[in-house]
Amino acid sequence: MTAEAGDIRAIKARRGRIESAWRVLKTAPFSAWLGMIIIAIYVFCAVFAPWIAPYGEAEIVGNAYQPSSAEFWLGTDQIGRDIFSRLIYGARNTIGIALITTLLSFAIGGTLGVFAAIHRGGWLDQILSRLVDALMSIPTLIFALMLLAVFGKYIAALILILALLDSTRVFRLARATAINVVVMDYVEAARLRGEGLGWITMKEIVPNIMPPLVAEFGLRFCFVFLTISSLSFLGVGIQPPTADWGSMVAENKSLITYGNPTPLYPAAAIALLTVAVNFVVDWFLHRTSGLRDEH
Amino acid sequence: MSTEKKRTKGEILLEMKDVRIEGFSDDKWHQIVKGVDVTLKRGEVLGLIGESGAGKSTLGLAAMGFARPGCRISGGSIVFDGIDLLKSSEEDLRKLRGSRIAYVAQSASAAFNPAHRLLDQTIETALDHHILDRGKAESDARDLYRRLRLPNPDTIGSRYPHQVSGGQLQRAMTAMAMSCRPDLIIFDEPTTALDVTTQVEVLAAMRDIVEQFHTAAIYITHDLAVVAQMAHRIMVLRYGKEVEEAPTREMLKSPREDYTKTLWAVRKLQMHERPSDDIVLRVHDVTASYGGEITVLEHVTVQVPRGRTVAVVGESGSGKSTLARAITGLLPPLSGEIYFDGKPLPRTLRERDKDMLRRTQMIYQSPDTALNPRQRVRDVIGRPIQFYHGISGQACDRKVVELLEQIELGESYLDRLPGELSGGQKQRICIARALAAEPELIICDEVTSALDQIVQEEILKLLMRLQEETNVSYLFITHDIATVQAIADEIVVMYQGKVVQQGPKSQVLSPPHPAYTELLLSSVPQMDPDWLTQLLAARSARSTRVPA
Amino acid sequence: MHPIVRTVLQRLGLGLLTLFIVSIVIFSALEMLPGGFAEAILGQSATPETVAAFNKEIGLDRPAIVRYVEWIGGILQGDFGTSYAGAGGNIKRHVSDLIAPRLYNTFFLAIMAAVIAVPLALTLGVLAALYRNSLFDRIVNSVTLTTIALPEFFVAYVLMFFFAIKLRWFYSLSTVSESTTFLEHISRAALPAITLTLVIIAHMMRMTRAAIINLLASPYIEMAQLKGIPRRRVIVHHALPNAWAPIVTVVAFNLAYLVVGVVVVEVVFVYPGIGQMMVDAVSSRDMPVVQACALIFAATYILLNLSADIISIITNPRLLHPR
Repeated sequence: MTAEAGDIRAIKARRGRIESAWRVLKTAPFSAWLGMIIIAIYVFCAVFAPWIAPYGEAEIVGNAYQPSSAEFWLGTDQIGRDIFSRLIYGARNTIGIALITTLLSFAIGGTLGVFAAIHRGGWLDQILSRLVDALMSIPTLIFALMLLAVFGKYIAALILILALLDSTRVFRLARATAINVVVMDYVEAARLRGEGLGWITMKEIVPNIMPPLVAEFGLRFCFVFLTISSLSFLGVGIQPPTADWGSMVAENKSLITYGNPTPLYPAAAIALLTVAVNFVVDWFLHRTSGLRDEH
Repeated sequence: MSTEKKRTKGEILLEMKDVRIEGFSDDKWHQIVKGVDVTLKRGEVLGLIGESGAGKSTLGLAAMGFARPGCRISGGSIVFDGIDLLKSSEEDLRKLRGSRIAYVAQSASAAFNPAHRLLDQTIETALDHHILDRGKAESDARDLYRRLRLPNPDTIGSRYPHQVSGGQLQRAMTAMAMSCRPDLIIFDEPTTALDVTTQVEVLAAMRDIVEQFHTAAIYITHDLAVVAQMAHRIMVLRYGKEVEEAPTREMLKSPREDYTKTLWAVRKLQMHERPSDDIVLRVHDVTASYGGEITVLEHVTVQVPRGRTVAVVGESGSGKSTLARAITGLLPPLSGEIYFDGKPLPRTLRERDKDMLRRTQMIYQSPDTALNPRQRVRDVIGRPIQFYHGISGQACDRKVVELLEQIELGESYLDRLPGELSGGQKQRICIARALAAEPELIICDEVTSALDQIVQEEILKLLMRLQEETNVSYLFITHDIATVQAIADEIVVMYQGKVVQQGPKSQVLSPPHPAYTELLLSSVPQMDPDWLTQLLAARSARSTRVPA
Repeated sequence: MHPIVRTVLQRLGLGLLTLFIVSIVIFSALEMLPGGFAEAILGQSATPETVAAFNKEIGLDRPAIVRYVEWIGGILQGDFGTSYAGAGGNIKRHVSDLIAPRLYNTFFLAIMAAVIAVPLALTLGVLAALYRNSLFDRIVNSVTLTTIALPEFFVAYVLMFFFAIKLRWFYSLSTVSESTTFLEHISRAALPAITLTLVIIAHMMRMTRAAIINLLASPYIEMAQLKGIPRRRVIVHHALPNAWAPIVTVVAFNLAYLVVGVVVVEVVFVYPGIGQMMVDAVSSRDMPVVQACALIFAATYILLNLSADIISIITNPRLLHPR
């Protein structure tokens, strides 16, 4: 009897999940769908860049500043590289670095935030919270600029610095959300049962703080992505010859004064992705918060 | 006042016919009120009673021509003193509101604007609608404060909302509603958030003033005994429909519909006390504090016999929930001992071993926060079985199904998430989770107060049956005397962290009582419509006798 | 002491403490310098003698605490130290002299943007909240959701491309000097100011809208409606006194955001402010300049948030009228 019940559950549960995911997706508004499609295209470009791009990442294939043509769809840059190919490779570099940074920032900020919430009021929570307050009172871009001046322009330094600075915001959110969960009776019930800290964290707390953290991941990714692009644009982020959208804007910026829109392409590539992610996150937030202020 | 003349009894003031109200959720419009008729005469008080979700507040607001954001009045007619509210312009409705139809909200502390003084808020409508000039309005407001028996009626108006207590705010809000001498006042659960001893004063003040000014009222509540004191007629609502309507005395004496009868029946559940000397838990001289100077428990001694129910009663701040925290080890006592089966328990949770923890389980007030919304019933109930008894896999599942059957839910609930269950079902799951540990003592912290009356009764019956089957003991923490009367063998009365009185049920509930027990017991509203009148008469008699 | 005075003093103390910690953090950046820094700075002119002289000049041979006290003491007197540019040579350039004119330019730009953005964003935000779900609200909502995600340099170049290059309404580059007149300065800084306005307005508007909607959902606002109070009075008399704290918080948050936006925008329009100066200093690793700029940005940021906190405190009726 129970074995059968187990089987029924396994099937029911799995079908239920896919079904409900599909049902949720079907209710997504147009903007969210648009966002998801755009993100999918970007991911596709990033993964298959070498197969899609007509030319290599740093390959000099023609003269400098050639206008767009059948050969070079978006023209060539200041030393004769194909801009279209570099845009596609840029997806890989810019998105990849931003993603690694965000993941690292969540690993640091999320872990410490949940930890501080469980030990709320303890000395570690006090120290971490004060430190985070101080770090957050320096604007991220300014702080990053300063640290890059100290450590030099390496990608590893860039990732570490931004991840560390950004993790302060993740820490705040994770801590605040987890505190709301920690005070729940079901957490107290688990403590009274005698459950260990690990079990309580993984089974009772983490599953319940995921929705806001997932939404935050989207927003933090956008923020990190924009900050990296800004730093690269300012010439202190990702360094040539690596194809990167921020530095591509900077490299070609003189063209704009001649009425040539080339620097706008990589800038638009950045803007489109962040807008897409924002659309998806906005919809996700509406769904999970249950806040429907339409009515 | 000129309107006084118009207030002749018998004339119809409000007539609502086939009123339908819809609310928007899950991308659809749902009917909340499904065609209800209400007729109210001048000076008459109608009690609207029903459980949560019955649509009573929505209907009450509709009597003002008002629908909350996300709701709309979709059909029927609402005629107030010859004015069709549904056909009136928003501006005309606005002029009626406050001056001819007034509203008293459930939570006065939220409904008063924190930025303005009470007096200014009390007279705001009267000034805005040019009914009185400032000087007259202010002196009238002070007069109302006096009639509502607010302390310092001449100066209390200059205070801000956060500077006065909840019971006083509720009376101030009644004064605000009364300031334009409306024809109709809607009372929306005005005493639900108050402690029972405070409730009596507020009820008395509100009833008197409505009588003095011969104001018609709609009194919305879920508490039958309260409505019996306030209303001339009672209407029972369920799922947005009228169940029945009758004059108060008639309704109390002989309810017609089955649903109404079940509402009445809750009060009849009565367990006989069973004396016992086999003590399972003994709390001895415990003092506890949340840090700082104030002790929340002072020298508390309580005993729980095996297989029996000890009810701990008290109002908010009496320390009854703190007692539970001290017993479970969440709040280690500053001094005193706790013995389980005659052996002392370590003070903190950390020092207690698995078996000690297993023997005491806890059930919480709100099943919503007591169940992890992301765990299925199978895991919720299965975890203690696995954790304490080391049973897993199919054997564990089999135990879970047995427990589900024991709490009158079936195997089909195995894979539900808490969000897919009703409040009563969730509380049953919490009970099953406690039972799964096979405990000797279950601490029940206000386990029925978040539930509707009928569900409360089912849960209480279930708990009683389980006690017979498993011989488990209950430490039952509650503020509700009716529940205590129903299920307790022994009663502990607490006030401000101290035990005021304790003993077998029959002894505690029969006079003579210590002063606080007397106040507490006498403040519990009874189904008798004359209860409040008699109580007030008795109390004033005593207070005039004492100085003499 | 009145509790409100006590709370304000507490907040001020906390603000000073934060400033102190931040100054330590910024100072200690110099302590984290990797080896070979002197060689990297001095480049081709690095000889063992010049390296030793440079290290002595930046004081690496003395204890950190002594140097911190000297540094912060100098700053309190308006002296931010000496630039590395030309270090090892004979010309000493004081950071303060480099910063002063640029600081004026930056504040000029930021204030100009704030003067346009704040009233505009608040008005639009309040209107969107009051006329919730109207066509206006929906349009504003989708437009701001889009613009909120755009990088500053994208907005800047698009504006430059269309309004300066194609239409020639504005200057494409915002070169100003000390001889530029006030009006001339405004017209040259117009495009950067508009860019900054666009960048912060979406954020500020959305936050204002959310704050006002949250406020209007309070039970006392419903109560005021049920008391028959006219809508205008409900807004002005019941909502507004409780709205200062959320609105001021929104404004301060976005002005602080402006501080960051200014860096990129100055670089795009080649506007001589301290943002551009900081970027140049980062590239050449001119630490005294970087530290001075970072400290100024951070202090502005902290002071803005501090003033928002204090305004929230002094407009809170619960604190104004204690029990």
